Amino acid sequence: MSADPILKVRDLRVHFEIPGKGLFGKPALLKAVDGVDFDLQAGETLGIVGESGCGKSTLGRAVLQLIEPTAGQVVWLGRDIAGLRSTAMRPLRKSLQIIFQDPLASLNPRMTIGEIIAEPLVTHRRDLSKAEIRQRVQDMMANVGLLPQMINRYPHEFSGGQCQRIGIARAMILEPKLIVCDEPVSALDVSIQAQIVNLLQDLQRKFGLSLLFISHDLSVVRHISHRIMVLYLGKVMEIADRDSIYARPHHPYTRALISAVPIPDPEKERAKERLIISGDLPSPINPPSGCVFRTRCPFAQERCGQEEPKRRQLAPGHELACHFDGPGL
Amino acid sequence: MTAVLDVRNLETRFSTPDGMVSAVNSISFTLNAGETLGVVGESGSGKTQVFMSVMGLLARNGHCTGEALFQGDNLLTMPKKKLNTIRGSRMAMIFQDPMTSLNPYLSVARQMTEVLIEHKGMSAHDARRHAITMLDRVGIPEAARRIDMYPHEFSGGMRQRVMIAMSLLCSPELLIADEPTTALDVTVQAQILDLLNDLKRDFNTAIVMITHDLGVVAGLCDRVMVMYGGRVAETGSVQDIFYAPRHPYTKGLLQSMPRLDGTAGSSLYAIPGQPPNLQNLPKGCAFHDRCSLRTDRCRDVPPALLDYGNGRMAACHHEEATR
Repeated sequence: MSADPILKVRDLRVHFEIPGKGLFGKPALLKAVDGVDFDLQAGETLGIVGESGCGKSTLGRAVLQLIEPTAGQVVWLGRDIAGLRSTAMRPLRKSLQIIFQDPLASLNPRMTIGEIIAEPLVTHRRDLSKAEIRQRVQDMMANVGLLPQMINRYPHEFSGGQCQRIGIARAMILEPKLIVCDEPVSALDVSIQAQIVNLLQDLQRKFGLSLLFISHDLSVVRHISHRIMVLYLGKVMEIADRDSIYARPHHPYTRALISAVPIPDPEKERAKERLIISGDLPSPINPPSGCVFRTRCPFAQERCGQEEPKRRQLAPGHELACHFDGPGL
Repeated sequence: MTAVLDVRNLETRFSTPDGMVSAVNSISFTLNAGETLGVVGESGSGKTQVFMSVMGLLARNGHCTGEALFQGDNLLTMPKKKLNTIRGSRMAMIFQDPMTSLNPYLSVARQMTEVLIEHKGMSAHDARRHAITMLDRVGIPEAARRIDMYPHEFSGGMRQRVMIAMSLLCSPELLIADEPTTALDVTVQAQILDLLNDLKRDFNTAIVMITHDLGVVAGLCDRVMVMYGGRVAETGSVQDIFYAPRHPYTKGLLQSMPRLDGTAGSSLYAIPGQPPNLQNLPKGCAFHDRCSLRTDRCRDVPPALLDYGNGRMAACHHEEATR
């Protein structure tokens, strides 16, 4: 990577205090995000994958300062924005947007879609006239594949896929540089999912957007991302460019995740070699000592319980947090 | 082979304030002993309502006609008392969200032994022992201790295992699984699918797997029924459907899936448009306005489900052109 990244995240931590049991119980600390580092280039998509509870949504929100990070840096265009007050964040919000998983729940049912898409313009671009705003809204609707004459309809009149297009139009209207996509296609049917994935890729090419694409669906993430980061209990297990991580995943967790994805081909699916990990994600309130993944890792050894593996570089751009170089490979 | 379930001309309608909704339109299929049938379709394709009709679990405003023969007896016209002796013991159903199908007030032990005492007339002691064996069988660690826990004390994957154990207590001939892994993480989904594959081998239970995920079907099912707009678009063996699909919808669905074994980064094939509104189904083929092969005939005349032998059927006017 030659150019300066537009986003640099360094040792980002988000800890939540959980009230203790009973009146005098000691509060516990839930480390949702625990020391995450990554860079994002302009026009790049970083896929963030992991099981539910691994901290991927919290990470996305902490980057946008929608949740205040406990520690660490979020450097946006050379400036650390971690912990900035909301008034100081306000001018930056124009270039930092988010789209959510449940398209209908994230739209106000009492506003027309024209009002919904225009709202960020009304807030941030006071200089625009009503006619200009309407024109921009209609142009953006055309960009995301909505008919401009639908501008006065309400969200409930639209299907899930169309509601997601409205959410994308709202996020795009201020011409942001970064969009955090938090499971944007998980609630959609397969045939509609493909439409939305293609739309996001088209918009990215057209406007040079950077995307943080959060998803538990590894096939979708592989399709849309340039690089992939694998999270487990708030920590980065492996990060690499797409082709190397899918062709040769090194972390046992990455391998388990990839091999668990069913392939829609009966012969390949039945013949493929799988690394099945047992059990569920341990409680993030009381994570295992040493390597957090060791309780489910088929290759765990004594050292894994005593010492936390440091993230290290395997090859340029390919980093791994495991004591071993791809155990069992 | 003997048919466990034989459904003929099933029609399911819901009367709603906005008019009649045709959820299931003249569906026929058979399921043989030990066979696993995948039922694939998008939300609103009617895939769940077919089996809610069969199980007699339709919402109050729902009404179904046709026949659903379970070992020769019509489930749709059977007195409720007789139906209750079959449901839960000879056929069972598991759902997407195990938390809403388990009673949060009762321990797992109570919910599991109830089935055995009711249907099999077992003593409480025997029922408990049998329930522990079954929890053990579906891979719940420390089953003897955990049987006394309440549903909220289990994780999502463990709860789904409890549901599966409960549905298998009376060794049913038919197990209907409605999106049983959709709410689970991939790693846990893989565990549950493995379990279902084992059970299929060990118990010779006929399984219906209702899902939107073609990957799940590929790993588990023998035969596949693809539904669209409350109708059958295509049925066939799992090989037929994946390697020689006949219906344009099936083809589109297979092409629109991003897959780990395909090329990444290029544009995905997307079926244009939206799924049909069941309140206002098109007169002709339900898929016609999204189909690249559509003609005036598709718009006006619903295609018949043609039988090509060996359980291979498809409903498309352009079948020759698409083969």
